Amino acid sequence: ERLEVAVRGRFSTDEAPTSYASVTGYNNFYEFGVNKRDPARLAGSLRTRPWTVVVEGACERPRTFDIDELLRRFPLEERVYRLRCVEAWSMVIPWVGFPLAALLKAVQPTSEARYVAFETLHDPEQMPGQRRRILDWPYREGLRIDEAVHPLALIAVGLYGEVLPNQNGAPLRLVVPWKYGFKSIKSIVRIRLVPEQPPTTWHMAAPDEYGFYANVNPDVPHPRWSQRRERRIGELRKRPTLPFNGYAEEVAHLYAGMDLRRFY
Amino acid sequence: MRSPDPGKAALFLLCLLPLGGLLWDAASGGLGANPVEALSRRTGDWTLRLLLATLAVTPLRRLAGWRWIARQRRMLGLFAFFYACLHVANYLVLDQWLEWAEIVADVLERPWVTVGAVGFLLLVPLAATSTDAALRRLGGRRWKRLHRAVYLAAGLGVLHYLWLVKADLTPPLAYGAVLAVLLLARLPLAAALRPALGAPSGR
Repeated sequence: ERLEVAVRGRFSTDEAPTSYASVTGYNNFYEFGVNKRDPARLAGSLRTRPWTVVVEGACERPRTFDIDELLRRFPLEERVYRLRCVEAWSMVIPWVGFPLAALLKAVQPTSEARYVAFETLHDPEQMPGQRRRILDWPYREGLRIDEAVHPLALIAVGLYGEVLPNQNGAPLRLVVPWKYGFKSIKSIVRIRLVPEQPPTTWHMAAPDEYGFYANVNPDVPHPRWSQRRERRIGELRKRPTLPFNGYAEEVAHLYAGMDLRRFY
Repeated sequence: MRSPDPGKAALFLLCLLPLGGLLWDAASGGLGANPVEALSRRTGDWTLRLLLATLAVTPLRRLAGWRWIARQRRMLGLFAFFYACLHVANYLVLDQWLEWAEIVADVLERPWVTVGAVGFLLLVPLAATSTDAALRRLGGRRWKRLHRAVYLAAGLGVLHYLWLVKADLTPPLAYGAVLAVLLLARLPLAAALRPALGAPSGR
């Protein structure tokens, strides 16, 4: 199903997009199994209509949005972003979505809102991977508010001009292209504006391996592998990994004065 | 001159099936979006499976009385080494493109790689002394002592896998459980139980 795209090209890389088959067939989405091919095979059980997203917490106008209302309300943009997985592989994906900032603005965050916490659907009936406690379900992620309202931070509802396939986090997911892929939480049902840094799933599972910030950083190795290089899916040789996944010009100022080795 | 052994020929072909599957998938795109990762996983899996099969020979002979299987042990062990070689070659060539600085850093700084490398190196002298001539040269007792290194290599192989996994520990723990059973089956207690199990004595 095609999506109506109003804006194209903003913040887009001109690098060749990864094939649709790879983008939709090689996924980390543990709610549907731990192997890369599991989500494509098993995500058919996810029902994406009806679907609502609660946006609540430290804001003037907390409310529940229906996915179709969101699609009507915000003009959709195509953004061709690099995606760098913490496992040292990467893709180039033509997302369709709208800025997270637009959604947050709609609920009018108060000055208490210093962080944004996100939650994936928790329903083992629809998400068979949740029947085993591989992770502490529901999947949770978070951003600092200035990261969340950065124009690069996107809520994606599609890719390659079409509605987001279930295995890629339908019906709506976060895309934060300067951070490792696990920050870009899928199939979101709840967004909460909060005063404190929220707990996040992979950080809870292995705090010394996955930080809250998780900015792509070639100089901070994962304890079990180097982050200096990455394999772009579809290529055999590795290429150097860029600070902030190549988005340093846009986002490095958010972290001025921070020790990025400590806040990895 | 030994008589032809159809069992051995069949097992030889069986041990080649995983390689056939890999080649088939590599040619037909069946390795998926990240072929290097898929090759690594599959050669690693088959190394562990064949190591465990090798270690199952003695318990099966002793406890179940399968005498014929003892003759297949060398081939199973050599196939385990063969898949380990493919695993290491895939890592060195397709994963690291022989960038030795990266490889040395990986082996020295990352314990799970260190453990895998040591496990592999332990298999090298075992493969090298797998011939009848080497057994005669070393003498049975020394040969046997040397080849006990396979227990350590298998343990390191399981640890290598366990350490790599991000969240779901089930597959490496399953290998570990099988290894533990195979080692326990060697204890004198298991041997004492043999008559109780009703197995022929094998002698």
